[in-house]
Amino acid sequence: MKAYDIVIIGGGPAGLAAAASAKRSGTDSILILERDKELGGILNQCIHNGFGLHTFKEELTGPEYAGRFIDQVKELGIEYRLNTMVMDISHEKVVTAMNREEGMFQIQAKAVILAMGCRERSRGALNIPGYRPAGIFSAGTAQRLVNMEGYMPGRKVVILGSGDIGLIMARRMTLEGAEVKVVAELMPYSGGLKRNIVQCLDDFGIPLKLSHTVVEIRGKERVEGITLAQVDEHSKPIPGTEEDYECDTLLLSVGLIPENELSRGMGVEMNPVTSGPSVNESLETSLEGVFACGNVLHVHDLVDFVSEEAAAAGRNAASYVQGKRKEDGGRIVHLKPENGVRYTVPVTINPERMDETQIVRFRVGNVYKNCYIGVYLNDEQILHKKRQVMAPGEMEEVKLEREKLFSVKDLETITIRIEEE
Amino acid sequence: MEKRELICIGCPMGCPLTVEMNGKEVVSVAGNTCKRGATYAEKEVTNPTRIVTSTVRVLGGTVEMVSVKTAEDIPKAKIFDCVKALKGITVNAPVQIGDVILADVAGTGVNIVATKNA
Repeated sequence: MKAYDIVIIGGGPAGLAAAASAKRSGTDSILILERDKELGGILNQCIHNGFGLHTFKEELTGPEYAGRFIDQVKELGIEYRLNTMVMDISHEKVVTAMNREEGMFQIQAKAVILAMGCRERSRGALNIPGYRPAGIFSAGTAQRLVNMEGYMPGRKVVILGSGDIGLIMARRMTLEGAEVKVVAELMPYSGGLKRNIVQCLDDFGIPLKLSHTVVEIRGKERVEGITLAQVDEHSKPIPGTEEDYECDTLLLSVGLIPENELSRGMGVEMNPVTSGPSVNESLETSLEGVFACGNVLHVHDLVDFVSEEAAAAGRNAASYVQGKRKEDGGRIVHLKPENGVRYTVPVTINPERMDETQIVRFRVGNVYKNCYIGVYLNDEQILHKKRQVMAPGEMEEVKLEREKLFSVKDLETITIRIEEE
Repeated sequence: MEKRELICIGCPMGCPLTVEMNGKEVVSVAGNTCKRGATYAEKEVTNPTRIVTSTVRVLGGTVEMVSVKTAEDIPKAKIFDCVKALKGITVNAPVQIGDVILADVAGTGVNIVATKNA
């Protein structure tokens, strides 16, 4: 059986940044396994610009951002296999994969970095009743068809869900000659970035209907039209508010789910809120030597933060396989999300092993204006940061100082909560 | 005096901005909670520009399409002219990031460049 120090599952932004960082940290034996025919992952179909402001201090398109990391991986001489599907990872870190050239094969890894990304929620997850005609696509599928295959999925389009991919596709389909009639959003606020609402919808006069959903899809062979209705505060359609739209295509942009079949198969402990693995300060899962980063861990809004997180995972995996990791000291501090904070990544911190500063990322469950982020070590408040606005669509972060954590006696929990004053 | 309503894109606040204009001159910006809002509003009402991104077909490569963008931002009013100028354009592989695909698109003086190696 072949053996590598670090095997990275996925060659998207997370896998590429993790690989480059692990190599720079002194580990040479690294293999990236990618199921698509090229490296770069979802960035290859995100042809719009706005990537890389944090990392490169300039606005790049998705393929350009991916290109920079692909160049790094190639310059560093990191091995990768394309068109290769990982079927299983055992508890003992034996990776079973297959491709057309080698058939089925196994690799023994000392450390594994999970970087499989996420997938879109589908119609089935929404329970929209009706026939199953052609013309219903997830926004990301439509994006791949238009931008990579050069194929237009339809001419008259309605989009359900105002996530960023849906907004971006509203503009893209319009530029390619389609008529985008409306974007409907179930929630009373959009899940997308303001910038995208202005530049993808307002620029082209496409209406955004908040608190609306699709209640009917018409057509048997092909979509012929849909009905929208306004919803009440319990997301139930309000009778009498129905409006019919004639269309041949319905795009769904209704959320992303981390793709964790392999993680579950290994027996990694999962966080039900993020649908990703529960990780510690080193981004290590409940299995020693198995790390996770990027959208497989929790869904990000900005790829810059994926790269940053993945670089940390790569560094930590390298120090693990090189046996350079500090003794764990047996002390584990639990992070407790509370009062509007939905989750934290990581979920535990071992103060012995954490860096000088530790970034904790989280999301809030609602729109909060003029509120504060409160951080407590046991009962002692150490941060009270004012935020003019926080929204579920924008990831938040706080930084914890190692020194501070050591200054509190018998530290057991770090609580992060949203406070009105 | 003419009034224009905008939503600021500077941050997630999304402040509703009201711009008062005298002909082409900005008289006042209201509704912003920071300086970025005023800067955005002035640019947006006097000279709104955008980077335009699209794709063109590539022949003889491993992929069907190569992604492209305007090398700089172009006037917002030229977006559709820019996309129309790209209709029917095909390029031959190999293409490198930064290669000029179409010079001076739609009379803007801005080039269309490749954003992907193909």
